[in-house]
Amino acid sequence: MEFSSALFLNAIVAGLLLGGFYAAVSVGVSISFGMLDVVNIAHPGFIILGSYIAFILSDRFGWDPIAVSLAVSPLFFLLGAVIYRIYYICFERRGQESLRGLAFFFGILFITEVALVLVFGVDYRMARTAYSDTTWRLGSVDFPLRLVVPFLVSLAMVLAVQAFLTRTFFGRAVLAVAQDPLALRLMGVRTLRVKEFAFALSIATAGIAGAFLIVIQPVQPSLGREYIGLVFAVCVLGGLGSIWGTLAGAFILGLAESFTSTFFGPSWAPAVSFGLLLGTLALRPSGLFGR
Amino acid sequence: MSNARFGLAVLAVAIVIAAASRLVTNDYFFSAAYTVLQFVVLATAWNILGGYTGYVNFGSAAFFATGAYTSIFLYKAVHAPLPVMIVCGTLMAALLGLAVGYLTLRMRGVFFAIATLALSVVLYTLVVNWDYVGGARGAYILQPRQMPFGFTRYVQVLFSTMLLMAAFSIVVARVIETSAIGRGLAAIRDDELAAECAGVPTLRLKALAAATSGGLMGMAGTTFPYYLSYVEPGAAFNLSYAVNSIAMPLIGGMMSWMGPLIGALLLGTVQQVVQVTVSSEWNLLIVGFLLVAFVTAAPRGIMGWVSRRFGGSGP
Repeated sequence: MEFSSALFLNAIVAGLLLGGFYAAVSVGVSISFGMLDVVNIAHPGFIILGSYIAFILSDRFGWDPIAVSLAVSPLFFLLGAVIYRIYYICFERRGQESLRGLAFFFGILFITEVALVLVFGVDYRMARTAYSDTTWRLGSVDFPLRLVVPFLVSLAMVLAVQAFLTRTFFGRAVLAVAQDPLALRLMGVRTLRVKEFAFALSIATAGIAGAFLIVIQPVQPSLGREYIGLVFAVCVLGGLGSIWGTLAGAFILGLAESFTSTFFGPSWAPAVSFGLLLGTLALRPSGLFGR
Repeated sequence: MSNARFGLAVLAVAIVIAAASRLVTNDYFFSAAYTVLQFVVLATAWNILGGYTGYVNFGSAAFFATGAYTSIFLYKAVHAPLPVMIVCGTLMAALLGLAVGYLTLRMRGVFFAIATLALSVVLYTLVVNWDYVGGARGAYILQPRQMPFGFTRYVQVLFSTMLLMAAFSIVVARVIETSAIGRGLAAIRDDELAAECAGVPTLRLKALAAATSGGLMGMAGTTFPYYLSYVEPGAAFNLSYAVNSIAMPLIGGMMSWMGPLIGALLLGTVQQVVQVTVSSEWNLLIVGFLLVAFVTAAPRGIMGWVSRRFGGSGP
């Protein structure tokens, strides 16, 4: 059974590598939805936008897409700040965030997608990097660098976000807003500023995750929709508002998808995240590591 | 106006329109009017759960496609007549609404919204992998040769059917709105906890609303295969159904049955014009911008603006 054990090991490695990437995709939603209670379903739209920006700059100037995305992340940060301002003024302040806020973000997701279709068409695009075709082999297990590099940078990014939230004064303010915004306001903190910063940070992570995405697989504008189920499944599975939970949820989902596509075929993989999401919501809505 | 008289009035209007349409000879008119009426059904159906209850359904396309693919399945399996397809498609979509609603409506509304978003992706995956109904290649459906009631072209039959469906959805919406169910749903929308404490059977009402709303959306999809003659998953699960069925009630106003009707007629007609004169991508972009513009600037839609402007009782 040499063959099947190699298949098994490869599925585990691929699942873990994929999981690291999923953590980067979901960490932003873990902040916006889990901590700020802003149901940003447009998050995957910003990821795809990040993919295309990384693609153009790396295609035209030959720069590395991931380095490009880190360089343009301040722009995504600003975009996030602007969107949160609009969201706050139009919905949160009026206390109408639930239904209309959702429709607002849905509209933004839709506009991003259609605008990308108008500019780039519906063709699949993929970024070429120096390491795209290299694969390290360890015994019978493959480590394709096009997965390993995004995996390592993803982990670094998620750990940096976690360190920022727990080690710095401002990061702890974000956690405090997540726990009790009213108490914080009574203590004289401008919660709007804190939330705006945290939301902007979440959009910045989306821009960077977009570069990982286009290094890992070909991207076309409507791909974002497939990631909506995924990011929310990861966040709910891990427990809302916990970065460690998000990381664990991402690894679980990565492994589940990798095993599904290895043993049942890749066309079934999108159903996995939804199944996990529904299962978690039905059995343990607070997630595995919920607050 | 009592519901019975309202129903008769709507039916009379539908019959008059159907009769008057026999004078039209241009086939394009029927095709365009069919699409607009389809949006009237979708928007009205969405509003039963979205507007009356306050739960956002992003999966209109999934329910619509459930109706369409039930028809395709029945066509392939037994060559069922159209009325059978309509009834079965409606029931299947209603069951789907009930199932999703029962699983996720117990939690905060956000989770229902997210589940419906993911639902489209999953059903799409299922259909693409299901070869019997055409899989990713799509399925061909031939329009029947013989026409009922002396129609001369099949597109007229489809148009009249959709007209009746639109009338039916509006009557259902109005019946729900004016009955005790509607008051229960409004109580849930305004304060779910208070409603629960006051003895409103919230979960049962929400599941009922989800089933009705989903069923009507599925009903709109049942004639879709005959309308296009060729259905591929990308067409049946088109995101524009989801966007339009949210945008139309938001633009028209969500508090009564009239809002989605006005929104669908306005936005649907504008889209038909833009689609012909510019392009379908621009048309979708316009819907997206209108959705964001209305939701930020005019949260109560056209109906809200009218009732404030002319001092009506207001919702």
